[in-house]
Amino acid sequence: MNKRKERIDRGIRARSQDIFVLCSWREMLYLAGPRLLPIALCLLLPLVLDVYWQKVLLSVAVFALLAISWDILAQSGMISLGQALFFGCGAYSAGTMNHYWGLSPLLTIPLAAILGGLVGTLLLLPVLRLRGIYFSMVTLILPLMLVRIIEATKIFGGTEGLSGMQPLPSIWFELYLILTLTLVALFGLRRLMDSDYGLVLKGINDNDRSVINAGINIYWFKAQALFIAAAIAAFAGAFMTHVYMFVGMPVFALDYSILPIAAAVVGGPGTLAGAFTGALILVPLSEALRGIGGLRIVFYGLFLVVFIVALPEGIFHYIQRKYHQFERWVEVDA
Amino acid sequence: MLAGTIIYAIINSAILAMIAMGFNLTFGISGVANFAYGAFYVLAAYGVWILIHLVGLPYAAAALISIGLTTVLGALMYRLVLMRVKGQALSEVIATFGIGLVILELFRYLGFVGFEYTLPVLSDKSLIIAGTYVDMQRILIVVLTAAMIAGLWIFAHHTSLGLAFRGIAQDERTALTFGMDSDRIAALAVSMGAALAAIAAVIIVPLGSISPEEGYDVLIKALAVCIIGGLGSTGGVILASFVIGFAERFTDSYIGSHWTMIVSLAALLAVLVIKPSGLFGHQKELEERI
Repeated sequence: MNKRKERIDRGIRARSQDIFVLCSWREMLYLAGPRLLPIALCLLLPLVLDVYWQKVLLSVAVFALLAISWDILAQSGMISLGQALFFGCGAYSAGTMNHYWGLSPLLTIPLAAILGGLVGTLLLLPVLRLRGIYFSMVTLILPLMLVRIIEATKIFGGTEGLSGMQPLPSIWFELYLILTLTLVALFGLRRLMDSDYGLVLKGINDNDRSVINAGINIYWFKAQALFIAAAIAAFAGAFMTHVYMFVGMPVFALDYSILPIAAAVVGGPGTLAGAFTGALILVPLSEALRGIGGLRIVFYGLFLVVFIVALPEGIFHYIQRKYHQFERWVEVDA
Repeated sequence: MLAGTIIYAIINSAILAMIAMGFNLTFGISGVANFAYGAFYVLAAYGVWILIHLVGLPYAAAALISIGLTTVLGALMYRLVLMRVKGQALSEVIATFGIGLVILELFRYLGFVGFEYTLPVLSDKSLIIAGTYVDMQRILIVVLTAAMIAGLWIFAHHTSLGLAFRGIAQDERTALTFGMDSDRIAALAVSMGAALAAIAAVIIVPLGSISPEEGYDVLIKALAVCIIGGLGSTGGVILASFVIGFAERFTDSYIGSHWTMIVSLAALLAVLVIKPSGLFGHQKELEERI
């Protein structure tokens, strides 16, 4: 064991870090390729898939949004175990607006994204000062308890739920709406997290007290991050309400909390692209495993444990490393 | 009516304290929030059921073997999974949650759902206290909980292992300089928490039936009690179980059974807003809250 692994940046990587040396198509493609790939996938896949797999693509996009929303929270130091809370808030907002007031889906979805985001943020505002697992525990409990409240008070249709929502115009509209939004969220939020604003959020995750020392009100920033994440997940919820034409207690189900975490962990936390990759792998996989029914959640659980222990960086970081660097074994100097 | 409500509130509090104690012990010593706690509870109950009905062992042997197996599983979980991610709260939470999911959903998949999945009571006699029928099992739960709390207190204050536990809980680095192996203590803490979950399952499950949902319920109850009491504080856990236990039973009798969960939620949120470190969580205030 007197060898070590050496990692060296590929020449093209080193040269393409500064924009002025991008002088060949190859170098430009090297940089643009990974970014164009998801865009091309999202635009072209709906055209080649049959109806069944189009539905699968739809849930890929929904879970990718939820996973991106989870990742935003995680990057700001808030580990959520209950994305279903935001998802459900959005779903019920859209359902109420459509069912009781008869607003059209084109109005309810954006309104519900904002309203659901606000409700989710307000519900978690009291516990914003809690750190680490304390925050996680509360997020785990809240959706499960909201279900009981709806059951007990029989508001919003109680156990029956609200049905008969207006559907969206067509499957193509649905698909391209959610895929476009996923891409916008992915690239827009990646940019946001690279800006100074994102630097503050990441700083809160790394060392919140030193961010306070810098004279920054971290609760205000955390509340904003919470709203951004909640609004994205609420959008997914509102969208699914109109796709299923139904909203009921299942929107607070554990699935909507677990799968996004699994996607983000498998794909690689800390980069929103990892969350997208994870959803792109896990959702079709679970569709393919539909035959085994309830065992699916068992597999998600196993994926979570195995990836946390064996590949904590996630698939995306792994691929990124292989793409930018090459590795070789070298002798250790005596 | 009032006397009966009070008696059943005390029993309910004892059940809550029993459920929360193991979670609290693990967290207080090793700092690991064991989100697989509810799964261990259900696993132990199913273990006893399987050993009695499918293997044909007598009740006492089945209970002991099941508790033992759950304890070993707790230690294995620490050794194989948690030790590799120690100190990273996010990874610990996700890993234990994943393990809990695997156990619970596996039992659901195997079809262990129904009223026949219950455990025998220790004694089927009943007593009349202040005009209320109370069966022996419930009285045993109260007695055993009290005995368990007393036993844990003696263990923590008068045995060298218990003192090592408290040493690690107070200051891990100083404890290390005294030669205490923090990994071993933490593994013991996780497995003792699992053992407490298993004991709670063996004595509480005869009141109802076992189901995978029970696992999530137990986890939520344990979390609620521990958060309200202040994580890692035994006194807080006892006080919080009485607060929730009485609140639940009184809403059940005077308002309606649907509202019991909402009362717990309201209590939880109120505590978090006013005093996030819980009723008795003084020393740790700075770490939990900024």
